[in-house]
Amino acid sequence: MEATVTTANSEEKTWGGGNEPMGASYGKLMMWFFIVSDALTFSGFLAAYGFSRFKFIETWPLADEVFTHFPFMHGVSAPMYYVALMTFILIFSSVTMVLAVDAGHQMKKDKVVLYMFLTIIGGMIFVGSQAWEWNNFIKGEYGAIETKGGSLLQFVDKEGHRVALADFAATLPVEREQLTRNKGKWFMSEPALPSYSLAEVQAGFKAHPDLLIRTEVIYEGDEATMKDAKINHDLTKIKHKTILTREESLLRLGQATYVVEGANLTRNEYGSKLFADFFFFITGFHGFHVFSGVIINIIIFFNVLLGTYEKRGSYEMVEKVGLYWHFVDLVWVFVFTVFYLV
Amino acid sequence: MSHVHVSNTSRIWKVFGILSAVTIVEVILGILKPEALHLNHFLGMNLLNWIFYALTIYKAYYIVYAFMHMEGEKSSLRSAVVLPVIFLILYLLFILLTEGNYIYGVFKDSTIKWNF
Repeated sequence: MEATVTTANSEEKTWGGGNEPMGASYGKLMMWFFIVSDALTFSGFLAAYGFSRFKFIETWPLADEVFTHFPFMHGVSAPMYYVALMTFILIFSSVTMVLAVDAGHQMKKDKVVLYMFLTIIGGMIFVGSQAWEWNNFIKGEYGAIETKGGSLLQFVDKEGHRVALADFAATLPVEREQLTRNKGKWFMSEPALPSYSLAEVQAGFKAHPDLLIRTEVIYEGDEATMKDAKINHDLTKIKHKTILTREESLLRLGQATYVVEGANLTRNEYGSKLFADFFFFITGFHGFHVFSGVIINIIIFFNVLLGTYEKRGSYEMVEKVGLYWHFVDLVWVFVFTVFYLV
Repeated sequence: MSHVHVSNTSRIWKVFGILSAVTIVEVILGILKPEALHLNHFLGMNLLNWIFYALTIYKAYYIVYAFMHMEGEKSSLRSAVVLPVIFLILYLLFILLTEGNYIYGVFKDSTIKWNF
């Protein structure tokens, strides 16, 4: 027990060990320095995200058009609400954690147990919410087309509202079956086929004269773009994605090479290819931290139940795991701003 | 552990109130995106984003100082943890964002068309 909680401190034995530099125990100090290194890792990722975003600043997806889902509100565009809820859950689990630490200082075992339990539940809800968010992100909602040049085209109606591929794609009699392992003598694997072929999207677009194409480019409303005859200036709003005229839309769709539905590590229907990569990597790395935080919390929770810290006479272990938990909350504050607000 | 711990439950709830209020303000601004803030720029970034970053730092301060109880630590520990992180992050952001902005310019002005 003495190894984990160092309390001895006497003037004569300065070099004999057992001192507490900076007035913090060995474990707490090392937890702080671990947090410093982990903070730098996360800031490296976020700075890389900023780098790529600045590089493609004109075409980066707009967050409030990507994250629009809320449970039990299908088809309703509710930007920000869900992620705000997730933020509250995490902040609240941070509050219960700090209450557990506070109760530990007063050696109130029952209160520590209760608050740590609530913290674990909060963490689990957060990880579950993140899984739901990922599911929506991967599934996608509208679908898009990729051109020969690798840029992304989305579809809007004459009011400028987004239109899903399913709403207009033609049904052409094409015999194209998804390859599966149980059919065929020589098996060749392939990625999932899109719900609509390129020809069906193109035919459907021609059949609906109201439809227009929306590019990735953010409309800045400066002199040069104002005069651009290819842009539908009535529908395009400043700081929103550029909508093309019908003629230009037909021209651009002719260069299409690929139907994009949802998101994966190669391409996504929201825009810049790097966007989904960074979303998966950074929120995934954060989610992994939450998950490991929950596991560590559960271990410490059982130690509290068994009375380990009661016997040790100090609940400092709860404080150390609390530092880690707050750090996870701290990172989320930045991820929230960078991915959802800015 | 030499110092005596007093229960500071009231401070915890107060900080929770501050963090919640700031988050609500952020969400409201994020949904409304007032044009006066969103379309006016200061130092290359629009005012709305400046507000978001300022509020984020404000929240981060309360999490570290109140929840992680940094305010109760020795000043040597405070400086050892906080200062290197602030310096290195600002430095990293400065070099990477400058470089990203430069590459944006290269793409924009190049004779090769990349966005088609």
